Amino acid sequence: MASGRPSGADRTKSMGLRWNAWNLLLLVPLAMLFTPMLNMDAPRVFGLPFFYWSQFAFVPLGVICVGLVYIKTKDEPVVTDKPDHLSVDDLDEGGKA
Amino acid sequence: MSLDNVQWTELIVFTALFLVVSVMGFVASRWKAGDTLEHLDEWGLGGRKFGSWITWFLVGGDLYTAYTFVAVPALIFGAGAMGFFALPYTVILYPIVFLPLLRMWSVSRVHGYVTPADFVKGRYGSRPLALIIAITGIVATMPYIALQLVGLEAVLRTMGLNGSGFLGHLPLFVGFLILAVYTYQAGLRAPALIAFVKDTLIYIVILVAVIYLPAKLGGWSTIFDKSAELLSAPGANGAPKGSTLLTPNNQLQYATLALGSALALFLYPHSLTGILASKGRNVIKRNMVALPAYSLLLGLLALLGYVALVSGAKPITNAATGRPDTNTIVPVLFDQQFSGWFAGIAFAAIGIGALVPAAIMSIAAANLWTRNIYKEYMRKDATPKQEAKQAKLASLVVKFGAVLFIVFVDPQFSIDLQLIGGVIILQTLPTVAIALYTRWFHIWGLVSGWIAGMAYGFWLLYQIPNPAAGKAHFGGSALTLDKLTFFGWEPFAGSKVQIYVGFVALLVNVVVAVLVTFLARKLRKPNGVDETSPADYHADEGDPRLKAVAAH
Repeated sequence: MASGRPSGADRTKSMGLRWNAWNLLLLVPLAMLFTPMLNMDAPRVFGLPFFYWSQFAFVPLGVICVGLVYIKTKDEPVVTDKPDHLSVDDLDEGGKA
Repeated sequence: MSLDNVQWTELIVFTALFLVVSVMGFVASRWKAGDTLEHLDEWGLGGRKFGSWITWFLVGGDLYTAYTFVAVPALIFGAGAMGFFALPYTVILYPIVFLPLLRMWSVSRVHGYVTPADFVKGRYGSRPLALIIAITGIVATMPYIALQLVGLEAVLRTMGLNGSGFLGHLPLFVGFLILAVYTYQAGLRAPALIAFVKDTLIYIVILVAVIYLPAKLGGWSTIFDKSAELLSAPGANGAPKGSTLLTPNNQLQYATLALGSALALFLYPHSLTGILASKGRNVIKRNMVALPAYSLLLGLLALLGYVALVSGAKPITNAATGRPDTNTIVPVLFDQQFSGWFAGIAFAAIGIGALVPAAIMSIAAANLWTRNIYKEYMRKDATPKQEAKQAKLASLVVKFGAVLFIVFVDPQFSIDLQLIGGVIILQTLPTVAIALYTRWFHIWGLVSGWIAGMAYGFWLLYQIPNPAAGKAHFGGSALTLDKLTFFGWEPFAGSKVQIYVGFVALLVNVVVAVLVTFLARKLRKPNGVDETSPADYHADEGDPRLKAVAAH
């Protein structure tokens, strides 16, 4: 296993935790837990009280947030020991997108 | 056992579909087979090569269980809006676990970890810490498997197989025996293949049910108005049974239960099994985007609790316990509103929906037993072949244990049992999830926090009564804040606001872990050896650092 390690303390450090502002989108769906804002009967949609359809609305919202993070962080380098191997993978992913 | 009440059409359709998946289960051992099944990577993780579609069906089939089909609508049927927590739970789940799961997959692939306890051992080099994580995982999974059986049995009893005593449980034994044998044979490949059938049936049934039934009963608006009226009737303790909107007292419970359950779900060993079986980080990412399709379904299904309430459906009295079993409410609804053959399909969906997660859970528990107890303490020199053999046997023992659970524990408490399991498994969060990011916590702190969280959580659970079921203790997971005491100090005396016990216990756990970590650092105690390197947490498929699958 783990035969080759990244050389140099800098690279090791940068590989530890990666900051990406897009990841903050992952916090948005948590808003659905603030029930005092949502716990109402009116207005109804298809007969569903506001509380229920607003909770349902967070399903697509959650998908959009996670999907955006997935798309926007796709080009983060994956870790490989061989630089050329890395670029091949990235080109593959780029081709799909 | 009397066969007078048996619904023959339903039973025949159910049995036919059950037989189809049983055959699939046995054939599965040859599906995408590797060189050998005698390695945990193959038996326990399906060769670690599942792509996006298989993973979607597998993880979906694993997370959205018979519990989904039976217990969540039953909760809404009984109490109203509070039961809807299952929707936010499964919506916030994916954004929360998106990043940690990627790190877990990578580090596990580089080092060949099969279980969360494997990771803890590698990360901290501490055998006791890994052991308590393994034991917590096994103990928390057991009632979860039992819960799947409750779903299966609810269906069997609705179809008329409602005997008392041993005979009453006989159909369950038979179904589970078949499951046990093909899981033994094929490992994770069996539930992965069956999940395709299960999920397809489930989607068909739910879509038909949520379009057809409300229309038949006067539309959602009428259903909600009538439900509000019915739920306002006094329940066992004189207070209203529930409400279609949250009350000032249960809003905090709703939010903390959803959040706590979401934090807990991927700490369960079986959830992680599905993730570790996937072939790369992109598979996981795509699934985090696509899995909420099941959440939508779950939310719609939960609303069937109101439909059942308005339709006047009455839960079946369980002949084994002599009391009405609210878990039968959705099966009863289908039985009354659908023709026999479609009800049969619906029941098969629920029944097979119980088998898939039960198989994965028993595999995960067996992996924990084998990797972190058997190999660690009993046979250190066990070969991969012996490991696989041991895990197969353990999966049989685990399933048998779950059946005993059902026979001796009242199924009425299935959802509470699972919630107790949730409280337990949440206590591994600092050791498993936070450790993916930092080794700041000291082993001493993690162990102390775990002990404190477990002890406090159990003590709180002990104090919760359930008037509806006539229980004085272990009556649920909703704690009224006035019962919250810390060494005699009652910060919220008189408050009737409810909160999820697991959440409180986790807070206590983290606070203790932080304090003891400071202490251990002050005393300069050694903090174990970390065999992982920061780059391991970002490795992806194609990386030469990944450990070969099923390497001996």
